[in-house]
Amino acid sequence: MSGALLEVNGISVSFDGFKAINNLSFNINTGELRAIIGPNGAGKTTFMDIITGKTRPDLGDVIWGDENVSLIRKSESDIARMGIGRKFQKPTVFEDQSVADNLTMALKNKRGPWSVLLYKSNTSDQAKVNQIAADIGLSDHLDIRAGDLSHGQKQWLEIGMLLAQEPRLLLVDEPAAGMTVDERNHTVALLREAAKTRAVVVVEHDMEFIRNLDCKVTVLHEGSVLAEGNLDHVVKDQNVIDVYLGR
Amino acid sequence: MNGPLTKFLLNHPSVLAFLSALALFTVFVTIGSEAFGYGFVSTSFVKTLGKTLCFCLIAIAMDLVWGYCGILSLGHFAFFGLGGYMIGMWLMYERTRLIVVEATQNAQIPMTNQEIQDAIGTQIFGVVGGSEFPAIWIFSHSLWIQLALVVLVPGLLALVFGWLAFRSRVTGVYLSILTQAMTLALALYLFQNDSGLRGNNGLSGLQNLPNLEETPQSVISMWFFWASALALGLGYLIVKLIVESKLGNVIRGIRDDEARVRFLGYNVEIYKLFVFTLTAVIAAIAGALYYPQAGIINPAEIAPIASIYLAVWVAIGGRGRLYGAVIGAAVVSLLSSWFTGGQAPDISLGFYTVKWVDWWLVLLGISFVAVTLYAPKGIGGLFDKFSKGDNQ
Amino acid sequence: MIRIIAAFFIAFFMLVLPVSAQSSFQDVAQSHFPNIKRGSVKTAPPVIADIQSYGGDVASRFLQNWQSKNIWYRKSDERLVTVQQLENKSYRLFDLETEQAIGEAAKSDIKQVKPNSGLRGLLGSALVASQLISDDLSVRKASLDSLTRNPKPNHLEPLRTAIAKEKNADLKSRMSRLERLLTMQFDTNTQVRVKAIESFTDDLGLDVRARLNPMLNATLKVSQTEPTDQNMARIITPSETGELPIDKAYSMIVSQGWAPASVSKDAKQKALVEHIQESKVGGILVSDLNTLANRETAYTKLADAGLALQNVSEVQIQEALSKVYFYEVYTEQSPEVVKAAKTTLDSINKKVAFSQAIDLFLDGLSLASIFFLAAIGLAITFGVMRVINMAHGEFIMMGAYTGYVVQQFVTNYTLSIIIAIPAAFMVTFAAGVAMERLVIRHLYHRPLETLLATFGVSIALQQLAKNIFGTQARPLTSPDWLGGAWEINDVISISWIRVAIFGLSILFFLMLWFTLNKTRLGLETRAVTQNPRMAASMGINPDKINMLTFGLGSGIAGIAGIAIGLFAKVTSELGSDYIVQSFMTVVVGGVGNIWGTFAGATMIGFLQKGIEWFNPSNTLAAQTFMIIFIIIFIQFRPRGIIALKGRAAGD
Repeated sequence: MSGALLEVNGISVSFDGFKAINNLSFNINTGELRAIIGPNGAGKTTFMDIITGKTRPDLGDVIWGDENVSLIRKSESDIARMGIGRKFQKPTVFEDQSVADNLTMALKNKRGPWSVLLYKSNTSDQAKVNQIAADIGLSDHLDIRAGDLSHGQKQWLEIGMLLAQEPRLLLVDEPAAGMTVDERNHTVALLREAAKTRAVVVVEHDMEFIRNLDCKVTVLHEGSVLAEGNLDHVVKDQNVIDVYLGR
Repeated sequence: MNGPLTKFLLNHPSVLAFLSALALFTVFVTIGSEAFGYGFVSTSFVKTLGKTLCFCLIAIAMDLVWGYCGILSLGHFAFFGLGGYMIGMWLMYERTRLIVVEATQNAQIPMTNQEIQDAIGTQIFGVVGGSEFPAIWIFSHSLWIQLALVVLVPGLLALVFGWLAFRSRVTGVYLSILTQAMTLALALYLFQNDSGLRGNNGLSGLQNLPNLEETPQSVISMWFFWASALALGLGYLIVKLIVESKLGNVIRGIRDDEARVRFLGYNVEIYKLFVFTLTAVIAAIAGALYYPQAGIINPAEIAPIASIYLAVWVAIGGRGRLYGAVIGAAVVSLLSSWFTGGQAPDISLGFYTVKWVDWWLVLLGISFVAVTLYAPKGIGGLFDKFSKGDNQ
Repeated sequence: MIRIIAAFFIAFFMLVLPVSAQSSFQDVAQSHFPNIKRGSVKTAPPVIADIQSYGGDVASRFLQNWQSKNIWYRKSDERLVTVQQLENKSYRLFDLETEQAIGEAAKSDIKQVKPNSGLRGLLGSALVASQLISDDLSVRKASLDSLTRNPKPNHLEPLRTAIAKEKNADLKSRMSRLERLLTMQFDTNTQVRVKAIESFTDDLGLDVRARLNPMLNATLKVSQTEPTDQNMARIITPSETGELPIDKAYSMIVSQGWAPASVSKDAKQKALVEHIQESKVGGILVSDLNTLANRETAYTKLADAGLALQNVSEVQIQEALSKVYFYEVYTEQSPEVVKAAKTTLDSINKKVAFSQAIDLFLDGLSLASIFFLAAIGLAITFGVMRVINMAHGEFIMMGAYTGYVVQQFVTNYTLSIIIAIPAAFMVTFAAGVAMERLVIRHLYHRPLETLLATFGVSIALQQLAKNIFGTQARPLTSPDWLGGAWEINDVISISWIRVAIFGLSILFFLMLWFTLNKTRLGLETRAVTQNPRMAASMGINPDKINMLTFGLGSGIAGIAGIAIGLFAKVTSELGSDYIVQSFMTVVVGGVGNIWGTFAGATMIGFLQKGIEWFNPSNTLAAQTFMIIFIIIFIQFRPRGIIALKGRAAGD
């Protein structure tokens, strides 16, 4: 367990009697790429909400990093600053602002109002922005309003913003939704590249996409872990078959 | 002058344009004034223009908090009024003191400080049946402290209110209602006779500056006009600097997607609090300049409706663009005083005569709905179509 | 001479045979002529007794006329008559018994009987006595009423007599209550009084407290020896901030002659002014007299030089005060009575406090139902459609004006209210649907802009109302059966209008609950609330649902307008007076269900009344504190009292 970057221990949460997460435990190590699958209502998004501080669990604990800090009482922005980045299901970029501005805002810098007010662009930051833009294939679009990008480009921009945050753990919610095949392949490449330097958790429905990611898979069902292992192993699991096909 | 400011101005020609226009306007009014020019601009109109500049300043504040940060505050006139009250306390105290001292000049025995204080108290608070100075008047003898309070009191109120509201993640219409409740609470409190600020009588005679009885109002009105123009120019510049900085990007991000900004690691509450408090302070300064020109301040000025009109100005002018806020405030408030002042000609329909005094608010209400529906960018949005280069 | 003897005989017979069937009233009265003509408190009682024993209306009429100086006599034959002045300074005379005119006389021929005030008092109580035992129930009632308003010690006896004779149970109990009140105040026997006082232990009547309180009045006294008066209320120590200020205490000593008078501030100033010499007083420059200390020094110098009265120093005052005792003595002589009054009053006050709490509760309930009515329409539109309707207040106003207009045509108030309620609903329903179609429909998903646009509608509507109906308040009169108040006891009362409003809000609550939870419309509405797209895909037309919901919410505002208009004046600002509270109710209660509005209205209503109770003189402050409380409350329950949880609540 010493290598665990994030340790989720027996968390439960319920909304008006409905148990969204039920005694769920989950670990991820530094530099690991992990996919989470599960039918609708399995608790995938709620699980991410708990890690990122949006929802507070009724029970259990979330332990982070080398210093074993509990994330339960931390605010979203604190958790983000501690190195957990999150991409939402729906692409959320700041549509009114340019791609460069979007990335600059995400760059790992001081986050206080004064430092932000007095922030001056410098060459190293510009280099970082250019590098990320190149990675996500938006080098030519730096001055374009983010709102004018295509759906796939917005997804990449959001991933780019996550990378600019330099997180140690990246939580990615359905990155491939609504993408063309080419765009998906690019996304897979992006995520695999990102996972070389940090842990990445991908929630996805699309099996093909997950197969391309080629990583360990965790199956969630009714708020708990149903199975874990590589994809081929998981899809043969009788429980998983029951859940996906049995009903 | 070859510093970053020059660079900023060169990068944002609209600021330069605005500041030049403001300067030209100031010069024009000065030349036209009764005190320093040819006198084709009457003193009372100079006051109206000066007051309009103050409205423009608070409109800029409103634009920053609403147009850029997405917080539809329906309470900024509370800060405006508080600023006016703070400066009004000194004006009223000092002027009354001078009157009292002069009136007792010929007394056979000089008065003690206590007696002078009592006499001032009777003069000021007699109207609400008191003579004792309430504790909040403790600094009213000092111009400098009261000037500091112009900024501190509204700033502190905004800070406390904002902290309470933002930390509990009250957003959107809830927050608007809460700000409205805040200004209503303040107005109701001030309406009481024992609020310490003369209840619904408010503070009056503020146009008379102490020790300047000899100076005619035509001159004083020009001083305030200049001060208001200066404050507006500075306010515009500062707010523009903010919205063009990375901070501006962050607060626009908060307006468009608060959660996203939060997950980027920014403490959204602190940013909102910063903007809310800063704009409250700007509003207070505008108020402190406004009320000596208006001459009187009373709690009705703080009633929720005033703050809603502020939102109307900014919406009609076009939010998210500072000159839009300025245009909206100037156009709507000047039109409003033109229509309700009885100068606008009545329209006779034969069977019914449209008196603008009665129908102006109906017109304003309807045009406001129309602007919201069909021109959400307001008047400023029209300019955007023509202007290039400075795409904000 | 013969006449005198005859009169004597008649008088003799009257005494021996008080009621003789043969003697007319006129004879009875004439027989006492001398004592009537120059009546006094001493001589009158047998006369009055005689007349009373004659009985009947004529007797009490005579006593009344006697008391009000309406009895005259003809100088020629000393006949007692009543008169009526004619135009030409002459008078028409009337028989006492028959009230028939018996002739005319010049002013000089007749003379007025003028009883003095003592006698008039005597006559008054005699009248009371005779009226209290009158055969006519209404006379007895009227006399008891006047007695209740203005009781005198000498009413006690006739009252007691009357109680014994009274047959009407209701009147009898009123009489005996008054008897106890009078006994407690006027009876000469201490034990009887104490008993009467104690009999009121459970009585909340204002009249009881009004009579008990003065029994505990006390007079402030000062003495040089320790007071031993057994009827002493308490000893008071003078203090600057206490109830007996030093100045007042000292001046009491001065007026007793036990200490020299202190020199007043004005007198000192005057003395200083008088002795200004070469801009100096007592060696101090006049310009330096702007401190109290310097003035004091200067005055002392003047006094030492014998130019002014010697000042009394603080120390001397303190010393003088320390030598005497200030104390209060009850004006009521009997300690037993004081004690009984105190105990009884305490017990009454405790019960009054309890009743006041109930009264406060009823007030809170009524305010809560008003808020509920005003807010429920808003809760529907806000809760279901996430649309803030700033013009909601103006819909309330429109409802109230509809009621007013209906009353212009239908003058029967009951009927007009019955017509006005559906009319107001229809008018505001139509207005709401029109606004939804024209404005709000285009602004879904832009809640802040909806707020602004509806605000534009609000200013326009308000000004339109002003243009149509003028600025002065228009009355919306409630039918008679809603007038007045339901008085439970002397402390608890609630006006029928408020009871009706309470009933109305309960009715609305039930109706809405039923509509939203048990009908197809409610189901569809909830479906649209929770997921419009899903609802649309299931064949529900969200457009139609939104329109109907908005219409319903506005229509209810209209009815609320009628209810509010009944107790508040109808003005164009009627709505804006309630709008902020309505929003507060919705926000505090929690958006999206009527239980929330119910809880919010209850909390805000009771809270406001509760705060007003702490500081009754200041409803403005109460509102201020309530709003501050709400702002703080939102801290702890940002989603209101009854909050939807989880993903369904949205963001």
